[in-house]
Amino acid sequence: MSRATQQPSQSVSGQPEGLIGTSARRPDGRLKVTGEFAYGSDLWMDDMIWGVTLRSPHPYAKIKSVSIGAALATGGVYAVLTAQDVPGDNAYGLEHADQPVLASGVVRYAGEPVALVAADHPEVARRAAGKIVVEYEPLDPVTDPVAALDPAAPRLHPGGNLVRHLKIRKGDPEPAAEVVVTGCYQVGMQDQAFLGPEAGLAVPDGNGGVDLYVSTQWLHVDQKQVCAALGLRPEQVRLTLAGVGGAFGGREDLSMHVHACLLALHTGKPVKMVYSREESFFGHVHRHPALISYEHGAGRDGKLVYVKAVIHLDGGAYASSTSAVVGNAGTMGAGPYVVPSVRIDVYGVYTNNPPCGAMRGFGSVQAAFGYEAQMDKLAAALGLDPVQFRCLNAMEMGSSGPTGQVIDSPAPVAELLRRVERMPLPAAGSGGSGGSAGSGGDLRQLPGGVGNTTHGEGVVRGVGYAVGYKNVGFSEGYDDYSTARVRLENVAGEPVVSVHTAAAEVGQGLVTIEQQICRTELGVGQVVVVPKDTGVGSAGSTSASRQTYVTGGAVKHACELVRERLFTLVRLRLELPGAELVLADNLVWLRTGDDGAGAGPAGLIGDFLGDEVIEETVQWRHRKTWPVDPQTGQGFAHVQYAFAAHRAVVDVDLELGLVKVVALDCAQDVGKALNPQAVVGQIQGGSAQGLGLAVMEEIQVRDGMIKNPSFTDYLIPTILDVPPMRIDVLEYQDPHAPYGVRGVGEPPTISSGPAIVAALRAATGLELNRVPVRPHDITGT
Amino acid sequence: MMEFLRARTWQEALAAKAERRDALPIAGGTDVMVELNFDRRRPAALLDLSPVPELRGWHQADGWLAVGAGVTYAELTGERGQAERRELGRRLRGLAIAARTVGSPQIRNRGTIGGNLGSASPAGDCHPSLLAARAEVEVASVRGSRRIGIDDFFTGVKRSALAPDELIAAVWIRPPSGPEQFAKIGTRNAMVIAVAAFALALDPERGLVGTGIGSAAPTPVRALAAESFLAGAIGDAGLWESRRPLPEPVMSEFAALVSAAARPIDDVRGTAGYRRHALGVLARRTLGWAWRDYCEEAR
Repeated sequence: MSRATQQPSQSVSGQPEGLIGTSARRPDGRLKVTGEFAYGSDLWMDDMIWGVTLRSPHPYAKIKSVSIGAALATGGVYAVLTAQDVPGDNAYGLEHADQPVLASGVVRYAGEPVALVAADHPEVARRAAGKIVVEYEPLDPVTDPVAALDPAAPRLHPGGNLVRHLKIRKGDPEPAAEVVVTGCYQVGMQDQAFLGPEAGLAVPDGNGGVDLYVSTQWLHVDQKQVCAALGLRPEQVRLTLAGVGGAFGGREDLSMHVHACLLALHTGKPVKMVYSREESFFGHVHRHPALISYEHGAGRDGKLVYVKAVIHLDGGAYASSTSAVVGNAGTMGAGPYVVPSVRIDVYGVYTNNPPCGAMRGFGSVQAAFGYEAQMDKLAAALGLDPVQFRCLNAMEMGSSGPTGQVIDSPAPVAELLRRVERMPLPAAGSGGSGGSAGSGGDLRQLPGGVGNTTHGEGVVRGVGYAVGYKNVGFSEGYDDYSTARVRLENVAGEPVVSVHTAAAEVGQGLVTIEQQICRTELGVGQVVVVPKDTGVGSAGSTSASRQTYVTGGAVKHACELVRERLFTLVRLRLELPGAELVLADNLVWLRTGDDGAGAGPAGLIGDFLGDEVIEETVQWRHRKTWPVDPQTGQGFAHVQYAFAAHRAVVDVDLELGLVKVVALDCAQDVGKALNPQAVVGQIQGGSAQGLGLAVMEEIQVRDGMIKNPSFTDYLIPTILDVPPMRIDVLEYQDPHAPYGVRGVGEPPTISSGPAIVAALRAATGLELNRVPVRPHDITGT
Repeated sequence: MMEFLRARTWQEALAAKAERRDALPIAGGTDVMVELNFDRRRPAALLDLSPVPELRGWHQADGWLAVGAGVTYAELTGERGQAERRELGRRLRGLAIAARTVGSPQIRNRGTIGGNLGSASPAGDCHPSLLAARAEVEVASVRGSRRIGIDDFFTGVKRSALAPDELIAAVWIRPPSGPEQFAKIGTRNAMVIAVAAFALALDPERGLVGTGIGSAAPTPVRALAAESFLAGAIGDAGLWESRRPLPEPVMSEFAALVSAAARPIDDVRGTAGYRRHALGVLARRTLGWAWRDYCEEAR
C-alpha cells in the first residue's frame, strides 16, 4: 500500500477536514445566512399563550397597591401575577440576590417588572397589562454615583449604596515624580444592542416542573436562580438553549426566565415571552457608566513612576456583575504597563439608574479610556512619541502587575504597538476633491457620509494609538469550570462523535470549535453538536472570553479519555499492548520504526469500534486563582491576560463635529487561532463595538429615565461607519492553556475606542475627556 | 380590531377615505408600521394606497413637474426605476440628494414622497427641498382637488393642512432654473434621522433664492429673511448675470440669517445650540457649492 509510510493528513479525499487551526465552516452558518435559523423569538407551540411584563414608570417609588381585577377580567387573559405569586425567593442576582422577580413594596428603577399577564394573544396581554392599576408614591431618585455614597443619601438597599470598594496598593505610598499629569474622564452607558431581543418559551411538564427554552449565556446559573425563585429542585427545571441573536454580556442576567415559568406553571400552558426592541432596553443590564480620575507620574527618562486613580462605576438599581466589574477596573486599572507604585480605588455603587452589569470587556473598557488618554498626555509632556512612550513602559512576560501577579505567559505589548504602527496608513482623504453631491468624490468616505455635509471643508485627519488588556475567564478565586460529554459510536456503519456541553453558542462560533477539537483529537470527520441544555453539567458562562479556553479544554480532555479507551480496544484487537497509536482521517494509525516517525494505517476507527459506545463526561478547570487582599488588592487574581493594540485614523469635520473613522487596524495575540476566520471575526466585531462607544453609542439617562430606547436614537455603527480593518493575529502560545489558546473576544473592544478618541484629539487638539464624543463636544456649541 | 382597506384605483381610494375619515393612509409603511409595531398608534382602519396606479408616476404640465405621491425615494434618487424615472433625479436635484439620505436601500425602496408629507414630521427628509423649491401639494377628496402651497402645508409637529377626507395625490414642483443643494446632519454616516437639515435652490431666471430647514423647528420652515437677503444681494450686484464669486460678507450674512430662522430645541439627538450653529455651516457650504456650480455652468 503506497500510503504505508505517509503521515496522517487531512488531505485524503473524503476524510476529515476542519481540524483545529483551520477556518472550518460553522454548522449553523448556512441556516443563519439564509434566514432559516430559529432564534428564541421563533419558538412556537400550537397551544402556547403569551406573557407580557408591566414595568415601573418611576425610577424610585413606593408601591402602595396593585389592583389586577380589571386586567384579570379581560377576555382572553389567563393569568395576572404579582410579587405575592412568586412561590420561592423573590430575589435573584449573579453575585448578590438583591433583585426581585417582581417588585414588592418598592421599585428601584424605571422599567422594573411589577406584574405579569398571560393571554391568548400578545396584544390582548399588553392591553390587559394596561388595565393593572399600580398606585405609586414617587421618591426622589438617587442618580449620581458619587452622591450615592454620601451617608446622607437614601439607602437603596439594606446594606447601603456601596456594592464594592476595591483598593489596590503597591509600592511607595507617597510617590513623587518629575513629570505629573492628571485627568478626569467620563464613560457613557453603552448597550449590548444585540439584534435578537430577549425571548423564551416555558412549557409546564404537568408534574409541577417546567422546561424552559431560552436565549441566554449560561444555562446553569439561570437554572439555579429560576429554581430558587420557583421553589423547585434542579431536576424540575430543565433549560435548553434557544437560538441566541447576540449577547455581549447582556444575557448573563435573568430577563423573562422566571416570569415565563411562573405564568406557565400558573396556567398549565406553554407561555412565550418576547421583548420588543424598546422593552429590550429595559430588559437587560448595560455597560457601567464611569467617572474616572487619574494621576500619573513619570521620570524624565520616560519611565512610569506611579499611578493614582479613583473610579466610580454606576451599577444602577441592582448589583448584577458590579463586583466583578469593579475587580477588573481596579486590577487592570493601570493598563498593560509596568508601574512601580499604584494606588487605585474603585467604587461600584447602587443608584436608581438602569441596572448595569456585564458587557464585553467590562471594567477594562472603562479604565482604558482613562489610562490611554493619560499615556498620550504623559508622552506629550515628556516630548516622546506616544508609541515610543508606551513601549518604554510596556508589560512583558515576567512583569509584575498592580496586584503583584507576575505575568507568566507571553505579553507582547510593545510588539503589538509596533506592529500596528508599521502598518501602511490609508491614502489621504478624498476631502476637497468632491464636486456637488454624488458627482465628485464619494460622499460615503467623508464625515457626514451621504448626508452631504462636506465636500472636504473643515476636514482634518488624526492618528491615534491605544493598547489594552483583559483577564480571561472568571477570576479572584472563582471555581471556574466546564463540563463536556463526548461519545464515540458507529451510526449506520460510520464513526460519529457527539459532543454535549451546556456552553451557550451566542454567535461566537463555539459550536464550530467543539467540532474542530473532536475531529482533531479523535480523527473522526462527523461530529454532532448535541443541543445545549442542562442535561449535562455546567459549562460556565459564555463570557469573559472564556469558552474556547474552558469548554474547549473540557472537550479536549473528554476526547482524550475517549481516545484512550479506543486505544485500549485497538491494542487488544491487534494484540500489541505497547502500540503507539494515532487517530486521523477516520483511521487508526500505528506508529512504526524506532523513532516513531513513520506511521501506517492499522484499520478504520469504525471497524475497531464495532458496537462499542465510548462515552466520557468530564469536569475541567483552569488553574486556580485567589481573591485579592482586601486592604492592598494584591494576589494571583487572574488566570490569563489577553492583549490587543489598535491604531485609528479619523477624518473630523471641525466645523460640524462629524467623524469618519478611516482606518481601525489591530494587532492581537490570540495564543493559538483554533479557527482563524472566527478569530478575525471576533476582532472585527469587538473593534466595531469599541468604535460605537467612542463616537455614538450611549443610553441617555436623565433623572433615572432612559431617553432613547430605540434603534432610531440609540445608534450603532453601520457599514459606512466601520472602516476596513487590517488585522495582525499573533500566536504566542500560553503554556498553561489548552492548545496554548488565549481568549479573543474582549481585547479588541478595549483598545479600539481609546485609539479613536486619541485620533480625534490629535485631529482637533481638544481634550475630549468624555465618550461617546458627540458633535457638539467637538464644535463647542 | 383594525380594518384593512385596499384601494385599487384613485377613485376607490377617495371614496374609501370619504367614507372612513378615521382610516390612516399607508403607502410604503416605513412610518406607519413603526408606529403600529411600537403600539404608539391604533387607527380604526388602514387605507392601503400602494396598489393605486395613478400615484406611481410623474408628468410635466406648464413647466411644472407633478410627482405622484407613490413615487419612492429610490425613484427620486435614480437608484431604481426605469429610464424615465431616473430622469426625475436629474430634474429634481435637491430632492434626489435628500432622498439619498433616507434610511437604508430597503427603506428607500418602500418609502414614498407622499408618505413623507403625510407624516409631516419636522425631520422629514424631503421637506426642506420642497420648501426651497416652493412646491405645491395636490390633495384630493371626493369633493374635488386643490393645491396647497408647501409653506401652508405643515401646520404643527406631525400635523398638516390635509382635511380628514383628503389624500395626497401629487407634489407639484417647478424645477428651479439654477443649482439645488441639500445637506443633512446625523450622528452616524448613514441610516439616521436628521439632527438638522438644510436645502437651497437658486432660481436665476426668476431672481429667487429658496431655502428649507429641517429638524430645527416644530415644522420644516423656510429662512425667509435669508432668502430675500441673498436674492437682493445677488440681484443688486448683478451677480446672476456676471456669475462672479459671492462676496464673503454675503455668505456670512446668509449663514447667520439661516441660523436665526431656526427655532431648535435640545433633545436626545442634539442640542439647540449645536443645531443653530450647524445650520449656519450648512447654509454657507451649500451656498458655496451651488454658486460654484452656477458659475461653472456658464463655462
